[in-house]
Amino acid sequence: MNFKRMWAMFTARNHEFFRDRAAFGWNFAFPFLIIVGFGLIFGGKEHQQFKIGVWSAKAQIDFTGSTVPLSFQQGKYLQFINFTSQAAGEEKLQHHKIDLLLDTQSPGHRYWINDSSPQGYIAEQLFLASFLDSSQHLADKQVVKGVQIRYIDWFFPGILAMNMMFSALWGVGYVVVQYRKNGTLKRLKATPLTPLEYLSAQMLSRIFLIMFTIIVVWIGSNLIFHFQVHGSYGALALIFFLGGLSLCSMGLVLAARGTSEEFTSGILNFITWPMMFLSEVWFSLEGSPAWIQAIAKIFPLTHLLTGARKIMNDGATLADVQSECLILIATTLICLTIAAKIFSWNE
Amino acid sequence: MNQIIEVINLKKVFGENAAVTDASFTVKEGICFGLLGPNGAGKTTTMEIVEDIIAASSGEILYQGQPRGASFREEIGIQFQHTSLLNFLTVEETLLSFHKLYQHPEDLDLLIQRCDLTPILKRRNNQLSGGQLQRLMLALALINKPRLVFLDEPSTGLDPQSRRNLWDIVRNIKAEGKTIIMTTHSMEEAEYLCDEVAIMDMGSIIAWDTPARMIQTHCKGSSILLPESAFKMNLDALPFTWKRRDKTIVLETTHVPDGLSKLLSLDIDLTEMAVHSPNLEDVFLCLTGKGLRD
Repeated sequence: MNFKRMWAMFTARNHEFFRDRAAFGWNFAFPFLIIVGFGLIFGGKEHQQFKIGVWSAKAQIDFTGSTVPLSFQQGKYLQFINFTSQAAGEEKLQHHKIDLLLDTQSPGHRYWINDSSPQGYIAEQLFLASFLDSSQHLADKQVVKGVQIRYIDWFFPGILAMNMMFSALWGVGYVVVQYRKNGTLKRLKATPLTPLEYLSAQMLSRIFLIMFTIIVVWIGSNLIFHFQVHGSYGALALIFFLGGLSLCSMGLVLAARGTSEEFTSGILNFITWPMMFLSEVWFSLEGSPAWIQAIAKIFPLTHLLTGARKIMNDGATLADVQSECLILIATTLICLTIAAKIFSWNE
Repeated sequence: MNQIIEVINLKKVFGENAAVTDASFTVKEGICFGLLGPNGAGKTTTMEIVEDIIAASSGEILYQGQPRGASFREEIGIQFQHTSLLNFLTVEETLLSFHKLYQHPEDLDLLIQRCDLTPILKRRNNQLSGGQLQRLMLALALINKPRLVFLDEPSTGLDPQSRRNLWDIVRNIKAEGKTIIMTTHSMEEAEYLCDEVAIMDMGSIIAWDTPARMIQTHCKGSSILLPESAFKMNLDALPFTWKRRDKTIVLETTHVPDGLSKLLSLDIDLTEMAVHSPNLEDVFLCLTGKGLRD
């Protein structure tokens, strides 16, 4: 391993990336827009879970004279949408645009639901429950103690990791295939540079860019959302660094051979989409079948996110996330070795 | 003179297509060796096998009498026909990057001067013209002070001025005692630069010699060209072997002064006369029965 040659490739790739204004800008804009967008949608006070169509002859929602219980009218996570005709409301219900349609003026509290809608079923139960006497003791309510984790604090590491995954796999995998196709790698093959030196330089260059992006996006997003980090920033940076390395090394394996950008795109999509959905970027896999949870463990993104959320949300130390760190290091070493073994400069 | 490269019974097959069917030749140290032939003859494939860029299906390549070892890449420089560089890097940054890849690189200032890169040092690679890019590629091929330089169609796409400049650089490289192996389909280029040439067709070497000897061996005479209107006599009565090419009469002669004397004695107007001496293209025509660009 010649570090001078590696350094030459590392700096060349960094120059290339920082000067490609479009790619550079998008790398920051994409995660920032996702975080801000989802933060506003899910983190704000306006978030509504169920959509209730209200049918009355009036131009806007008005419960005056209605006997619909106040607890339902003012229910949390309910959004009321006005319809001036029954047919218009039913049409929306049919297409799952709303979860329940209510005739507010009907003395018998007429309502309609779509029997095939799970959301509709829950909305119906909420509606029916609102008629129960709240003073009657039906169940013993308890509130979870300790620090409450906001959705945005749970969600934020997922978005950073997702961006890291796309940046690593596409920024390394796809780019290397492009370089092979246009002959850039062929030119390098004519030099004493070895595959391991080249691939290591590509990986380190990308991780440098990823960490830089994460820091900038974190600072920018933190100004808006004031994230709560219960663990240490150092540990968090380390787990993201190790996660980035393992994702980049995966990208290198995918890019080790081949000159077809279309084929590589297909393979990258085939890997990134399941990884994104099964690694708990968007939602928890709690309660999903055991085999799905087992598949999720294959992906480095799962371990990265588990570790990052433990540190950020639960205040875990490095010792607490050592298994995640070891898995990420092992994945990096295995993938980098495989990539260097099967790498071809021009085939 | 020592042999720097020996190519022995080289074959290369891509799927069911044989790109090189049988190529054997040696290259002496310090000369400029040209591989000539039409497009698809197998020149570039042969060259890339010798460069160790692609693997041969069979055959052997020796560098200084030995199989190519780890030091081979430190000692060779390659200018590819089709290749690319990082678009957003400047010429200067590209040179610096490649400079760091070698143990004993060339002095950069010298290289920049030799390849006339000073005016474009701050320009990005994707902003270079064809000629400027070729000069940069040549500089990269020379950046490690190579003993052996490979040039694959170095002047393709260049205007006459740029081509002439490139030829001057190549001659200077040769003057330093470096060995050059080049491919070309320009006979003018081969005759100007090469000490030895091997002609390839259909994946095989069909002739290999110095340009002068090759012409001497395969083309015995010259041609005198005259417009048909210059002849006021029956052409069958001419004391020459002749053929008509459009409105031009081509007369074959082994000795041009004798031929001209005969024409003058027949009182033929020589005002629009042209003499064509045989070249490597004629050699190729003689050997294969087809032109180089067929």
